Amino acid sequence: MTGRIGVVTFPGSLDDRDAIRAVELMGGEGVPLWHAEPDLKKVDGVILPGGFSYGDYLRCGAIARFATVMDAIRGFAERGGPVLGICNGFQILCESGLLPGALIRNRSLRFVCKEVFLRVETTATPVTADVLPGEVLRMPIKHGEGQYVASEGDLDRLEGDGRVVFRYCGPDGEVDDVHNPNGALRGIAGVRNEDGNVVGLMPHPEHAVDPDVGPTGGQALFASLLSQAMAGVP
Amino acid sequence: MSVEAIPEPLHRQLGLRDEELELIREALGRDPGPTELAMYAAMWSEHCSYKSSKVHLRTLPTEGPAVLVGPGQDAGAVDVGDGYAAVFKIESHSHPSAIEPYQGAATGVGGIVRDIVSMGARPVALLDPLMFGPLEEERNRWLLGGVVAGIGGYGNCIGVPTVGGEVRFGPAHSANPTVNVLCVGVARADRLITAASHVPKPGSLMVLFGSSTGRDGIGGVSVLASATLEEGSEESRPSVQIGDPFAEKLLIEASLELAEQGLLQGLQDLGGAGLTCAVSESAARAGLGAVVDLDAVPLREPEMEAFEILTSESQERMLAIVDPADLDRVRAVCEKWGLATATVATLEPGGELDVRLGGATVARVPALSLTEKAPVYERPMRAIATDPDDPTFASFDGDLGDALRSLLAAPNVASKRWVFEQYDQMVQGQTVAGPGSDAAIVRVPGTMRGLAISVDGNGRYGGLDPYLGGAHAVAEATRNVAMTGARPLAITNCLNFGNPERPEVMWQFAEAVRGLRDACLALEAPVTGGNVSFYNESGGSAIWPTPVVGALGSLPDHRLRVPSAFPEPGLAVYLLGESFAELGGSEFAETVLGVVAGTPPALDLEAERRLQRFVAEAAAADLLASAHDCSDGGVGVALAECAIGEGNGFAVTLEGDLPAHVLLFGESASRAVVSVSAEHEGSLRGLAATRGVPFERLGETGGPRCVIEGMVDVTVEELTDVWETAIPRLLGEAS
Repeated sequence: MTGRIGVVTFPGSLDDRDAIRAVELMGGEGVPLWHAEPDLKKVDGVILPGGFSYGDYLRCGAIARFATVMDAIRGFAERGGPVLGICNGFQILCESGLLPGALIRNRSLRFVCKEVFLRVETTATPVTADVLPGEVLRMPIKHGEGQYVASEGDLDRLEGDGRVVFRYCGPDGEVDDVHNPNGALRGIAGVRNEDGNVVGLMPHPEHAVDPDVGPTGGQALFASLLSQAMAGVP
Repeated sequence: MSVEAIPEPLHRQLGLRDEELELIREALGRDPGPTELAMYAAMWSEHCSYKSSKVHLRTLPTEGPAVLVGPGQDAGAVDVGDGYAAVFKIESHSHPSAIEPYQGAATGVGGIVRDIVSMGARPVALLDPLMFGPLEEERNRWLLGGVVAGIGGYGNCIGVPTVGGEVRFGPAHSANPTVNVLCVGVARADRLITAASHVPKPGSLMVLFGSSTGRDGIGGVSVLASATLEEGSEESRPSVQIGDPFAEKLLIEASLELAEQGLLQGLQDLGGAGLTCAVSESAARAGLGAVVDLDAVPLREPEMEAFEILTSESQERMLAIVDPADLDRVRAVCEKWGLATATVATLEPGGELDVRLGGATVARVPALSLTEKAPVYERPMRAIATDPDDPTFASFDGDLGDALRSLLAAPNVASKRWVFEQYDQMVQGQTVAGPGSDAAIVRVPGTMRGLAISVDGNGRYGGLDPYLGGAHAVAEATRNVAMTGARPLAITNCLNFGNPERPEVMWQFAEAVRGLRDACLALEAPVTGGNVSFYNESGGSAIWPTPVVGALGSLPDHRLRVPSAFPEPGLAVYLLGESFAELGGSEFAETVLGVVAGTPPALDLEAERRLQRFVAEAAAADLLASAHDCSDGGVGVALAECAIGEGNGFAVTLEGDLPAHVLLFGESASRAVVSVSAEHEGSLRGLAATRGVPFERLGETGGPRCVIEGMVDVTVEELTDVWETAIPRLLGEAS
């Protein structure tokens, strides 16, 4: 039996097919979910993919959070189901209040597409459970609004509670300004909710699975998601 | 008392000449009404009718074994194997970009993507050849920033990766930047929507879907694209369309779903000349006429006049031709994607377009008279004398290492990372090789096949000798594709020139087309379509004649791709091809000597063909570790680029009777730097000898330094830094 991971398509989603392909390359079953339908098709985990849902008009992710499917996803998350938001999906999770903080325009004020390194800060999430703490993963970013911000108090709490999941770093895991591609506060590339089952990150693990077209730092995250999703069906 | 000037007659205001008004009278057998005049003005504009270029374009070869669809449809298509077709075309959006760089470039992307979708193909790659004036000027920095942000802002939002392109600079492009965009799409070969395979019938409906129609872009083809830019051209900003990439993304998905479900008899995008063009071309192609109901067109503002609805260039609209029995299903698909539909016309026998608004006929014209029967001109030409002052024989006693540093920092050569990092290069997950490779490689989804694509053009060569400019553009684009190991199958071209009503410009154009033709024939690379952009001039000063060529090739297995950089130490380095005393029009002459003069390198098309075939053959036998063509900056720059890519230095010796700087930086054509393992060296030499490709062993890869015996000795690190930081420095972003 393989893990079934649902991938939501909103109008303007772009990396939805890529997320499904990544799930399938890692041995899972990718299940397309449609924004206008409340049915999650009994999946074991949900991915909110990258893209520009609703054109990102108004504010990134601000309209998508009202989509019909989001009610079902909120319920799924409350029951402990694994939810992974990638890039625009991360923005949607922040707009929905499922994750703390916000993503604002990159420090450069420009869209940036390049490979980065991420340091895994906690293994207490479904996507990092099978990864070594401190492990450095290579994968691409591509976003115009990926600078993670929150109040100083919130940032302290996030760090204190071990809810920072990924930080931008150098090839040897060094976290510094040189390796921070968008000005994210404290180098934060991804965070989790209190229970740990909802994770969002700006980099694209789904574009780091197939060695023919890029790095492979995303494999470990998908492998972990699939095994955890199988273990703990809510 | 004020005296009012007598206004120009309407046809002249719309850009039509007196003799063209006569032709319209002949076609109608009466005087045209104002709405009809507006339709003719749009369709007979240079941009839509190709009236100045047609007689020359007809000479280009368009047929070949791989060609499925040649020129004349929205985009060309070639058979790439495994049952797949690659659809590709290039277009210019230079005029709007000169006035409003962000929207001008953005809507250029939107337009070419819809052309590809019109063929029933999913867009899989974009490449953007750009040309600007020197970055020392503030306005050029503004244009570069705006154009790149516009391409990214649109392309990134529709989920089509930008995998390559060129960015070049020349003083002649200051007032008029050149903004071209190429799109590649993929479809099952048997599912292409072609004129032959999908035949509309009388009674078929034309369904407009996508965005509503507003007053934007009126006069885009006639006012903007078919006239030179003069003082006060900012006032034509309202003629620049505004893009909505989110609507475009929905339009792509809805169109492909309609095609997938077999609901289309035809599909056409609304671009230049808007509804007039889409309706007249669709009807004319089917040999039919149509009753057009303008009241049905969804409008952004009330009380738009007939000519405005007919010629609006509002973006993100498509026209589907459907069987009435399928109308409900067509509507359902569009509704799923949140798109409005409107049945705006019914095809009728007879060949006339009967356009109605408010119950009355506002125009009645033969569809063919707007399209195929548009005027064709053989404009007068006057040759321009070439510059006899060739820099090849000037003496040079400067430091060759410094010269190499200067060349790597020259904006034409320097890293374009600043540009490419603003583009999503990997969405769709098929980008095997993106920007920075000799040619981009995009995998055909679900297969091992790789499409190799390169865009090239050298305005400096075109300015000095337009014939060679055209021929070199074909040779370089196909050579870049060949360097990956792929076999070039076909080309598309975007011909960027000044005002064709000037005999000198028309001569440049004819010469460039002659060069394209000769090279296409010799290299067996037929032309499947393209675009002509005239009137790129202001104040009587035109851009460099810049034919840009996009070449497409196919690799049966993308894993056989040959990279351009030296992959490891310990490889033998070879130079393929022959070097001559050729510095005319070179990057060295411009950057180091400060002259753009002389004759561009000669082009022996037979030698070029042998080189390209040889590299493909050697790649298929897995003999090559890397292959990189020599172009701007000659062997010196090619070697440096091979080292910079993966950080592997080299030690080589360049020998020959030529002066050292000519050996290093001459730009003789049909040459490549390749690396090969000791194991395969013998086989490679044997094959080169058999195939008649001259070769010379230069030395080996390895070490942290780039050593060219007696000429250059510098670390890879330093050259990398010079090459990487040049553009950010010019933009004031690096110290």
